[in-house]
Amino acid sequence: MEGKDPLNVIVTGVGGQGNVLISQLMGRALVRAGYHVTIGETYGASQRGGPVMSHLRVSRQSQYGPLIPQGQADVVLGLEPVETLRVLGQYGNPGVTAITNSRPVYPLAVAIGTAHYPSVEEIVKALEELSIRAWLINATDVAIEMGAPILANIIMVGALVGAGVLPLAAEEFELELRESLPADRLDLNLKAFRRGLAEAKAR
Amino acid sequence: MTSITAYEPGASQLLMGNEAIARGALEAGVGFASAYPGTPSSEIIGSLAEVAGEMGIYVEWSVNEKVALEAAAAASFAGVRAIVAMKQNGLNVASDFLMTLNLTGTVAGLVLVLCDDPAALSSTNEQDSRPIAKWADLPLLEPATFQEAKDMTKWAFELSEEIKNVCLIRSVTRVSHARGDVRLGEPMPPGRQARFASTTVGQFTSMFVPVKHSLLHQKLNKTREIFESSPFNWYAGPEKPELLIVTCGSGWYYSLEAVKTLGLESSVGILKLGTTWPLPEKLVQQHLARTDKVLVVEEVDPFLEGNLKELVGDTFSALGPLTFYGKRSGHLPSFGELDPDRVMGAVSSVLGRERAAVDPEYAKKAQALTGGLVQARMIGFCAGCPHRATLWSVKNALKLDGRGGFVTGDIGCYTMGLGPTGFFQLKTTQAMGSGAGLACGFGKLGRLGFSQPVLAVCGDSTFFHAAIPALINGVYNQSNFTLIILDNSATAMTGFQPHPGTGASAVGEPAPKVDLEALCGSLGIRVEVADPFDLQDTTPKLLDLMQDDRGVRVLISRRKCALVRAREEKAAYKVRVDSEKCRGESCGCARLCTRVFQCPGLVWDSESQTAKIDEVICSGCGVCADICPASAIIREVA
Repeated sequence: MEGKDPLNVIVTGVGGQGNVLISQLMGRALVRAGYHVTIGETYGASQRGGPVMSHLRVSRQSQYGPLIPQGQADVVLGLEPVETLRVLGQYGNPGVTAITNSRPVYPLAVAIGTAHYPSVEEIVKALEELSIRAWLINATDVAIEMGAPILANIIMVGALVGAGVLPLAAEEFELELRESLPADRLDLNLKAFRRGLAEAKAR
Repeated sequence: MTSITAYEPGASQLLMGNEAIARGALEAGVGFASAYPGTPSSEIIGSLAEVAGEMGIYVEWSVNEKVALEAAAAASFAGVRAIVAMKQNGLNVASDFLMTLNLTGTVAGLVLVLCDDPAALSSTNEQDSRPIAKWADLPLLEPATFQEAKDMTKWAFELSEEIKNVCLIRSVTRVSHARGDVRLGEPMPPGRQARFASTTVGQFTSMFVPVKHSLLHQKLNKTREIFESSPFNWYAGPEKPELLIVTCGSGWYYSLEAVKTLGLESSVGILKLGTTWPLPEKLVQQHLARTDKVLVVEEVDPFLEGNLKELVGDTFSALGPLTFYGKRSGHLPSFGELDPDRVMGAVSSVLGRERAAVDPEYAKKAQALTGGLVQARMIGFCAGCPHRATLWSVKNALKLDGRGGFVTGDIGCYTMGLGPTGFFQLKTTQAMGSGAGLACGFGKLGRLGFSQPVLAVCGDSTFFHAAIPALINGVYNQSNFTLIILDNSATAMTGFQPHPGTGASAVGEPAPKVDLEALCGSLGIRVEVADPFDLQDTTPKLLDLMQDDRGVRVLISRRKCALVRAREEKAAYKVRVDSEKCRGESCGCARLCTRVFQCPGLVWDSESQTAKIDEVICSGCGVCADICPASAIIREVA
């Protein structure tokens, strides 16, 4: 990943998981570090339970368009496992790194019992075969343990930064958290970020 | 997150396209901003509202787009720079005023930003707004980058003042709702004293129309001259390219990426136009003369393509034969949105080159491994959404009534009532307020044999925007329908903006609250209020209104949006499923809660063969407890 320009990162999940927020935080930290950054995102109607994707394009040289061409993702950060697979199917390639939260958000068809949600084994098999590096992180469980399931998104950023695939040091992202978050939410988010870093270190 | 004034001039900040537009307006010394929210335009006025106090400017959420444009025009007439933003559908509402404002002209800079939504990612159509520029003889700018979104907006005020007319900016979702680093300039306070001064008779009218129309054409000619040397237009590529791409807006980045990825830098040139109406004719001709093959890359309609061909038609003898590729030739679609892959496909196809596609072996493996695992994820009402509860009562009341009644609707979150989470109750969706307008017509078909009850739904914000005239029409013409106002105390679909019924202004100050009951009651019609979470009260009330078969009736179904509730208050209930009581498939309810009610907080657990609550998603509204015939869903006060 070192030196890949542009670096193409896709953050994916389901509306309401805080996908847009973490893309923005990473983007802002990267701009501060002197990179050109473009983020293309889908929301609006997708806030209501639809799939959400943010495309981050990071370059030293110039700004890129807001959509990554098919098959051109370098990193996929998934807040939901099946959404990670969906993105790999369209944007993956043999060199992609996939880091995903393990906790499913069931599509309605699954919740109502007319479709089957894949087993952890099926997900892991597909992830491993479709990427050069695949991590499954139980971020939502850790977040619930910390008192707020929404923190899963920040834990996942911690894992991503810890994996060393972004040209961003942990301190640079922590600085962004300090700049962007209100004081009453900062401590918990910093803790979540560090839990994510620790998850990466343990691999 | 930080506001659009948080960073020092000269610094680079990551801005959303809409924030960049708002920042450009601040750097131009804007003093007045107005809009009705609509995706993907809402953040322009939203981010100005956040800094209104600190910048000393006035910002409002107007009741609809026409009023927003009228209010902003007043500021311009009084010498204050003003900006208005709207989505493509909103332009249709505002165009009645715009088509005479263009003849009237303006005083201080007036910029109208039109945010189109190619592929209708959050819209009921994907109309291309650009033809309005040609229709109204007004200048049109199309930003291709985030930096341009800011810089063009700033410059648009100067242009507007120079020609004394409205300047249009057309953005699209991939500019407005994308983010990029932008180098900032200095925000300017408005610094102008507002004063209306009419110096000549008819100055602020379109009279006499042919005279003003001729003047309008002169202004357009002047604009064309200015555009000839605009820094927003440039060419990059070889002196004599094999193919010339002419592009604007989001098409520019896609074109750039296509040429680079295909390795065609030495044979393909790109003319990037930021000023697309009127076309800078001399500049365009000079670049068309470089080649005999032209590919036009633009979002939605072949607007630029058509205008280029018109120009070539006028100057055919000078340019010689040219072959155009684009939407008319079928190389690019004239529906949906563009992306880098579509543009790469078009370039390869025009030049007859092989396209470096996705690794076919990987694609095959990905299809085999994920094809069976990845299901469609439909959008639907959130957990705890009051619309689901209202439509549940609607469904049951219509069934009890048994006369084939149906629901007409319009635009808002409740449009999703067309789908499974609204039990397929909505049967029509067109424009804002058109559910009520259609109901007026259906309700007058009695003498032609029509006997079905008609229910129209509209949101609270939509009611103020466009349903009031239809309601009054129904009363006056003695139509026969029930209007259900889904009052969730927010313009929820676009980001919870306040409106005249919420008691708050755009900048978060207290505002007079328009009383829906009193307003509807003043028409001398029956008005009822219900809490949609109280199914036992709402369903019979609706049935009674439906069967009170004379004139127009109103039901205000009032319950705050679940997402707003989640921010403001704790969940009302802790909900769980008593697995002893839930009899699953043997119950006879046919899994009413999960299969029919379809709240994402309720999940069918195929292992235990019972329903369960997903505690991460459940909002604790407790409505499902009233649905379960076995009383297996338990709600306890949280």
